[in-house]
Amino acid sequence: MKLFAIAVTFSISLIASVFFMIAYALNLSTQLQGLGLFVALGALGAGIVLWALYALPQRQTVNAIEDYPSDESDRAGAEETLNRGTGELERRSFIMRFFFGAIGALGLAALFPFRSLAPRFGRGLYHTKWTSGSRLVREDGTPVKVAELAVGSVVTVFPDGAAGDESSQTLLLRVPPGTIQATKGRADWAPRGYVAFSKVCTHAGCPVGLYRASSFELLCPCHQSVFDVVNEARPISGPASRALPQLPLAIDSEGYLRAQNDFSEPIGPGFWQRS
Amino acid sequence: MIRRLVLAADDRLGSSHFLKAALRKAFPDHWSFMLGEIALYCFIFLILSGTFLGFFFDASGAHVRYQGSYEALHGAEVSAAYASVIRLSLETRTGLLIRQAHHWAALIFVAAIAVHMCRVFFTGAFRRPREINWVVGLTLLLLALGAGFTGYSLPDDLLSGTGLRIAYSVLLSVPFVGGYLAFMFFGGNFPAAQTSSRLFITHILFLPALLAAAMTIHLAIIWRQKHSQFRGPGRTEHNVVGSPLWPNYALKSIGLMFAVFAVMIGLGAFFEINPIWSYGPYYPANVSSPAQPDWYIGWLEGALRLGPNWELHVFNHTVPSPFWAGVLVPLFFFSLLYLWPFIERRITHDGDAHQLLDHPSDVPARTAVGAAVLSFAIILTFAGADDVMAKLFSIPLERLVAIFQVLVLVLPAVVGLLAFEIAREVRARRQALRNAESRIIYARTEAGGFAQRPEPEADK
Ligand code: FES
Repeated sequence: MKLFAIAVTFSISLIASVFFMIAYALNLSTQLQGLGLFVALGALGAGIVLWALYALPQRQTVNAIEDYPSDESDRAGAEETLNRGTGELERRSFIMRFFFGAIGALGLAALFPFRSLAPRFGRGLYHTKWTSGSRLVREDGTPVKVAELAVGSVVTVFPDGAAGDESSQTLLLRVPPGTIQATKGRADWAPRGYVAFSKVCTHAGCPVGLYRASSFELLCPCHQSVFDVVNEARPISGPASRALPQLPLAIDSEGYLRAQNDFSEPIGPGFWQRS
Repeated sequence: MIRRLVLAADDRLGSSHFLKAALRKAFPDHWSFMLGEIALYCFIFLILSGTFLGFFFDASGAHVRYQGSYEALHGAEVSAAYASVIRLSLETRTGLLIRQAHHWAALIFVAAIAVHMCRVFFTGAFRRPREINWVVGLTLLLLALGAGFTGYSLPDDLLSGTGLRIAYSVLLSVPFVGGYLAFMFFGGNFPAAQTSSRLFITHILFLPALLAAAMTIHLAIIWRQKHSQFRGPGRTEHNVVGSPLWPNYALKSIGLMFAVFAVMIGLGAFFEINPIWSYGPYYPANVSSPAQPDWYIGWLEGALRLGPNWELHVFNHTVPSPFWAGVLVPLFFFSLLYLWPFIERRITHDGDAHQLLDHPSDVPARTAVGAAVLSFAIILTFAGADDVMAKLFSIPLERLVAIFQVLVLVLPAVVGLLAFEIAREVRARRQALRNAESRIIYARTEAGGFAQRPEPEADK
């Protein structure tokens, strides 16, 4: 009876394998192909386990633990052989010193190629593609005109010619004029209620993607740092500790928004070399 | 046929002595001993399915215009890597099945290792002489985490790209060498052109090779030291009792292997996982919310969410805030685990070799530490989904974060104390039971009948 059940289980597996092959050939759905393979494997496994449990004599075996530690004479012998060999090496100690010198130097030399894996820091860590007078463009490359943004709205912008660049991504927001608490030096950075901040979170670099216009708060979806737009984008809560760098804006004679300059500090997460 | 093979091998290798002992090797029958095996079979499945996937994957960050069968993305600019995964998923027969099964297998691989380590920890199986294998096993867990994360990041979709961005920033936060580390691994400032190919080689060659090597060492040590075992009749500190390798254990284990494979394929067939076409391609200015990583990264995500917002500025240098939660927390966590066998030996002065396993209640202090550490990791994992929970229970997120910050510090202590008390209680009851059993001894009386005789306490 049990043997019969095991044979049936194996037969089910066999049939399922055939079913899978047919399903593959006819390009049936992933689910049907998967079903075939699932049953083929599952029934095979079940059959083998049943076989082990019900069609084999159940025996127990006892192994003694005697392989370790070795007996005293072996231990002593090994130690002595080791000592003798080491002693022979140490007798020529000045050769040893040269040997270790050579090995050490080679080990050090072997580390050098790894430096190639890390390119120089270059400008990338400190600067973005924003330059003095860069026009603000949207993701699709269209420039932003001063009349185009309603109060309370936000758009992601890039410097003209670098749309999509990770480190240059910037949030352009329009807030009611007068809400911005500009500190000294930043008085003319936000013309007509337009204000722009780096979109790269100063915590761990996620794009700060959510804006609550009612409370002028930017929210980073990764670890929920909240930044206060009207107060220089300083963090209000969450793990970020630094304000989002502000991009100084200007409006040119044709009514296009432009950057006065690059950000005045490295954007994004901190790093050791950052002052 | 088999006989001829055995003889032929012995003629050339003198293998029969080894073979005889090997075939009679004892494997204890306890369900918890299957956990490590499940991890092993997951790994084998991952290698097999991963090799298949590798033939279709294009590890390139180059931009291409998507022209495939998925309508919603038509004409979108995506990376070649992303496009190749979609082609594999939607246009290659069994491609989706095997890709999903591979992803599920990775999740279960890490889970099996984690649960296996819990078993080893709470039963004291890591004690001498098996400390070395605890260290190797923990290394396997780290390698598995790395393999999982790099694999998850390969398709270059929006969800994994965000995770990669965070990983880059965490690396960057390490004092002194962070910048070099991050550039070395990512090939430049994120997102660098080289990142895809570096992830790929790490995922398919570097980490699997290390995993295979460490796993070989792990198994060789088990083979040499033989299995530990739970207490029971006939079991001592100097033997091991169980099913013989051939044929009983071999058959059961092969059956388990096929069952594990079946589970992977079943999950891959019926449970969608990581549908990258609906996440969309990685685009640096976009982010999906709420975004949850694979489960085993959750605790790190949670740590970052609860982490302090301290940024240190010392001598014109910066130690950024992700360093505390993203680097120090896991560093402390894994250091504690690596050192635990040696810490415990220091405390207990127990340097003996152990063959018999503890019941978790036998050593309440160890059980307490394990429970505390476990609860710490679990709390962090939940914190990693705090935005989802805030929405679910409509609690303001800031309040939830504050609650979690308290919980992560307080709960491990509470859980540890509770575990300690429970373990002591259980131990006392088991002791009482054992005493009761051992005291009722019937002895033959002079008259020829049987009478109960109180005995002095039997050995434990
Ligand atoms: S990346 Fe923005 S809060 Fe962490």
